[in-house]
Amino acid sequence: MAESFKDKVAIVGMGCSKFGENWDMGSDDMIVEATYNALEDAGIEMKDIDAGWVGTIGFHGTGSAMTSTGITGASISMPLKLQYKPVTHVENGCATGTDALRNAAFAVAAKVYDIVLVVGIEKLKDTGFGGLGELGIPPHPVFEGGITAPGMYALAATRYFKKYGLSPEEGKKMLAKVSVKSHYNASRNPRAHLRNVITEEQVLNAPVIAWPLGLFDCCGVTDGAGAAILCRAEDAKQFRDDYVLIKGLGLSIGPGQGSVRTDYDFTIWDETVHAAKEAYAMAGIKDPRKEIDFVECHDCFSISEIIAVESLGLCERGKAINDLESGAWTQEGDIPVNLSGGLKAFGHPIGASGCREAFEIYKQLQGKAEDKSRQVKNARLGLVHNQAGLPGKFMCAVGLYGLPD
Amino acid sequence: MVGITSYGAYIPMYRMSLQTLAQTWGGFAGKGEKAVANWDEDSLTMATESSVDCLNGMDRSQIDGLYFATTTPAYREKQNASIIAKVIDLRRDITTADFTNSVRGGTSALKAAIDAVGAGSAKKFLVAAADCRVPAPDSAFETLFGDGSAALLVGDSDIAVEIEGSASISSEFLDIWKREEDRFVQAWEARFIITQGYLAHLEEIISTLFKKYDVAPKDFSKFVFYAHDKRRHGQLAKQLGFDPKNQVQDPLLGSVGHTGSAQAMMMLVAALEEAKPGDRILFANYGDGADAFILKVTDQIEKVRDRRGIKKNLASKMDLPTYGKYLHFRNLMEWGRQREPENFAAATMSWRDRNWVLSCHGHKCRQCGTIQFPMQRVCTWCQAKDDFDEVRLSDRKGTLFTYSMDNLATSVDKPTVIAIVNIEGGGRFSTILTDRDTEKISADMPVEFTFRRVHEGQGIHNYFWKCRPIRG
Repeated sequence: MAESFKDKVAIVGMGCSKFGENWDMGSDDMIVEATYNALEDAGIEMKDIDAGWVGTIGFHGTGSAMTSTGITGASISMPLKLQYKPVTHVENGCATGTDALRNAAFAVAAKVYDIVLVVGIEKLKDTGFGGLGELGIPPHPVFEGGITAPGMYALAATRYFKKYGLSPEEGKKMLAKVSVKSHYNASRNPRAHLRNVITEEQVLNAPVIAWPLGLFDCCGVTDGAGAAILCRAEDAKQFRDDYVLIKGLGLSIGPGQGSVRTDYDFTIWDETVHAAKEAYAMAGIKDPRKEIDFVECHDCFSISEIIAVESLGLCERGKAINDLESGAWTQEGDIPVNLSGGLKAFGHPIGASGCREAFEIYKQLQGKAEDKSRQVKNARLGLVHNQAGLPGKFMCAVGLYGLPD
Repeated sequence: MVGITSYGAYIPMYRMSLQTLAQTWGGFAGKGEKAVANWDEDSLTMATESSVDCLNGMDRSQIDGLYFATTTPAYREKQNASIIAKVIDLRRDITTADFTNSVRGGTSALKAAIDAVGAGSAKKFLVAAADCRVPAPDSAFETLFGDGSAALLVGDSDIAVEIEGSASISSEFLDIWKREEDRFVQAWEARFIITQGYLAHLEEIISTLFKKYDVAPKDFSKFVFYAHDKRRHGQLAKQLGFDPKNQVQDPLLGSVGHTGSAQAMMMLVAALEEAKPGDRILFANYGDGADAFILKVTDQIEKVRDRRGIKKNLASKMDLPTYGKYLHFRNLMEWGRQREPENFAAATMSWRDRNWVLSCHGHKCRQCGTIQFPMQRVCTWCQAKDDFDEVRLSDRKGTLFTYSMDNLATSVDKPTVIAIVNIEGGGRFSTILTDRDTEKISADMPVEFTFRRVHEGQGIHNYFWKCRPIRG
């Protein structure tokens, strides 16, 4: 019979590459940087690794000559020269990073391996064009093609405004508060991609990308990698005292019926609701807003953060505007959201994001946030929300990482 | 008895003022405007529109054939009529054919359909004509050509227009032509075309018809005939003894433009919209010879009035404000585009999905009764497996549940308006809103289906359904 996964697996080392337009780095460079960063943090060597999990969607043939296999386990074996170790490639869209960590954690808990490596990586800036390009490569020749991610997320903003009685101006103002906060947080985070402080006015006057979303409502296109070293909780003390435990993991893959069924209204992420439910049950969370100290959520767009926080049960539906106005989601608020700068300003290299979000939680829990000014106080439990797909058809992973009780 | 049992027409939403052309190229600005197909339209999509208009309220499974006339077929090799038949959801055991290469193709197809029904091989035969001729920039043809389509249903019962007589001439005459390797039409000297071609052939066919059936201009309430240009059209009517004021059908040149193989049929549709039972119409077409028909309107005409036809299509319009936009619509220049991956296409996938991609069929679950689009294997509501009936959704209206305006997506007409549409009677369609004024879009507005060319990936015309705000 299945038993609770809570506190069975520990994170004992984490690393993260610089996030940004890494013109001078291939995916292999970022994999090496993040992995050695994590090994050093755990105080181990490459030969200590029993098995690996790599999360990448292999965006437009991510890689270099060294990782030309792109979407196989060789993506990390080749650059790291892992000597004939088992490596599994995990791909679940933008939820890839957390799902890779999830599967690696399960193998450790099953006592198949003692020490495992998880790497999330995406190289996006080798395509020759801005943005991610159009979606639909290639689900279907004509159905839902010729559209982009901002265009699809904007559908949610339009309906959210309508449902909660916000005029487009009021709605856009609410969204602007999210982006101003993300940029402010990123401005103090040395590894973040977009570190410029912005004002509400700038956000509102920026060019429209996909109405109602403007330039500053959208995350940039970022290269990066994150890595984690996992072991069983009982072995964690061999590596360090300030290890972090996996308290809960949830994954929900939607049947993609939001664009088919008329009862889906685009203002809630159902997959997030389900993934959170699984993770909360595992971790024994009853009142998420009270029990969770801070959140790294999937804010690919400003509207995404709002609906994600509501779907996670951290804010009443339709009430995000009150939290944003009161500053509840800032560093000083009762539930800081995206202290790192989030996908919006830290960056969103697709397969890397889940690992990068875990990196932020891990460092904050240890009291080791780079730049002391952004260290959150007295935090014991953080949440990672890592989501793929588009409104109506998501794949969502939720991770709860915390200090030992 | 064989005759016309229904009619329909289509004029694209966009109109370009002749003033815009004069501003672009200089010179004298003619009066009026012309209809310009949107960037996602072509002769084939326009033919689906006029055909659907023509079959409004009728059982499409009763149609035994479709002839499609055009000088601008979307596919040069591969039948276009078979695509139209699938899109408008006709049966499989029917006759389809393309009548291409002559502006007279519409009446050639009409004659063939009349013969088929007359011979008893079909009971109801649809004839659609459409053209989207791209004239050379800064040419006389550029001010003349417009885009549009018309459709007529020929049948052996419920006849709205009787065919009392007809005559045809086939004649080798080089006036306007386009070789395989030409991008634009070429023409010989105008005076040669007018005197030896246009005027001579139509005079000949009309006098042949008058003699054959012993009729004269006074026997007709309307003369509907092909117009080479406005001036010669009036001149010919006068020469033949018709009263230009009351007896001659407007050739739509200042409002739609010269629509090639669709022109004469569109004029006939406009005439039928106004016709009263008992009216007799003289209908003539020109091109590589000539065709002429004597038509008589019956009481039945009153039963096919609920068409968009010419009148409603003419009234529903949007200004195409710049020539630059037009250049984009017709892809008349080489563009410096953003680098991007090529559009995906697969003939295999489009073929497998033809019932929903082309015929716009959704699934209605036999277990829970819900409608879903596209067609599914497992019900999205009750998870019943493979227990559906197919239902056509393209003739239902919808409401725009939510939308966005995507400036990032590649399009010749930004922004791409992404639309989530709830279909009347059930089902949701995730699509693009076309023929839209971005200032006049709002959540919950009513929309309707329209069949469009989506992209050209893999060298294929990839067609699919979109929605548009309801026209007029």
